[in-house]
Amino acid sequence: MGDLTYIVLIIVKVVVVYMAVITGCAYATWLERKLLGRLQHRVGPTYVGPFGLLQPIADGLKLIFKEDVIPSQAEKFILIIAPVIAFIPGFLAFAVIPIGPPIELFGYTIPLTISDLNIGILFILATTSLGVYGLALGGWSSGSKYSLLGGIRSSAQMISYEVSYGLALVPIVMIAGTLSLNEIVAQQSSVFDWYVFKNPVAFLIFWICAVAETNRLPFDMPEAESELVAGYLTEYSSMRFSMFFVGEYANMITAAAVVATVFFGGWQGPFLPGPLWLVLKVIVFMVFYIWFRATFPRLRYDQLMDLGWKVLFPLALLNVLVTGIILYLF
Amino acid sequence: MVLFAVAAIIALASAVMVITAKSPVGSVLYLIISILAQSVLYIQLSGLFVAAFLVLVYGGAILVLFLFVIMMLNIRYANLGDDTLSKIKPLGWVFGLVLLAEMVWVSMGVSSRMAEVGENFGNVPEVAHLLYGKFVYPFELTSILLLTAIVGAVVMARKGS
Repeated sequence: MGDLTYIVLIIVKVVVVYMAVITGCAYATWLERKLLGRLQHRVGPTYVGPFGLLQPIADGLKLIFKEDVIPSQAEKFILIIAPVIAFIPGFLAFAVIPIGPPIELFGYTIPLTISDLNIGILFILATTSLGVYGLALGGWSSGSKYSLLGGIRSSAQMISYEVSYGLALVPIVMIAGTLSLNEIVAQQSSVFDWYVFKNPVAFLIFWICAVAETNRLPFDMPEAESELVAGYLTEYSSMRFSMFFVGEYANMITAAAVVATVFFGGWQGPFLPGPLWLVLKVIVFMVFYIWFRATFPRLRYDQLMDLGWKVLFPLALLNVLVTGIILYLF
Repeated sequence: MVLFAVAAIIALASAVMVITAKSPVGSVLYLIISILAQSVLYIQLSGLFVAAFLVLVYGGAILVLFLFVIMMLNIRYANLGDDTLSKIKPLGWVFGLVLLAEMVWVSMGVSSRMAEVGENFGNVPEVAHLLYGKFVYPFELTSILLLTAIVGAVVMARKGS
């Protein structure tokens, strides 16, 4: 394969995946409103298009035409770049997630990953860990007390849960013997080989931490509307607000895709083509996100810290130890 | 080569900005940029593992902690005319010069060409062999040192209340 074809191929893959995730974000908001409505005995959006399917487009248009307010007390430059910092990492992580088996096209074998890094898992952890800067800086630069509190909360929460988030994946890496996501998917060719069955504790810890890392209920302390107005988002409006919003959904989709890839066999599945299986599994976890939101009340701040440091963190360490002992003995 | 030059210049320039920036949050931001640029340098040496860990540990954890503390104290601009700070300043020059001399001394030993790295540089097994083989005692001692620091911090925090 020539250099030029290679570059074109990479660009095509990046654009396709990026568009898919952006569309996914838009329709995740539709799914959330529809499902949340049903869970609360409402109908959700119905007027715009059939089943309210055009609602995300209407919302997007509305946000573009809103006035963009910059508070006079704000640190302008940081206020402007913060949504961008929050927006990018969610999309970056998708570069290493395997979307399907390699396909044959015009005589070339094309792997369906943007980049098959041999340290895929670490790449995902590294990129998701950068997302917190958007929230923290956005809260700080707004020059408002509510925003500042939201920013401080988000940075404290992210640090606390990131430790267990990474540690939960260590047993999987130990069992798999690789950090490459492609190989981890390849090892889970049948349902019985799924890592969720080999190490359910790791899955539970990882999933709880993923919900906390994406600031979703019951862990949405940084934007707790009943106490902080909207937390770090308070002073944001128009497109900057929607960038935070899309960033949050991109992070959710990424976390769902990582869970599906590491614990549930990724794109592997019978009958249907690979990418479709991944999408289906991602949708299942998105539904879980929304279900959590409708079911659990928000944690208090000290409960949040207790859960992170006194339950999940020791449990994750113990899980590493036990997995190590079992791997050593058998 | 171009990429190396760009990344190196960004890393150095933002490192200088860390100490010259007026606002502490600005300093933290420049430090993040510097670390990202450094990780680009590691990627060029195909040390992906080291690069990812640099971003993960320093960019994603330690600097968030810095930012957290600065935001907690809500300091917008550092007061550089501070008394304690001006007393420490000469000491900073001394240590800086010592470090510079050390770096010059070390780089005299290497040839002026770009250093060649082994094929496995910065790979997972390579780093593991170094950490848990050759350097296992310093590595474990460092973790004990850090643990002591944590316990010390907790004790101090408890005394206050």
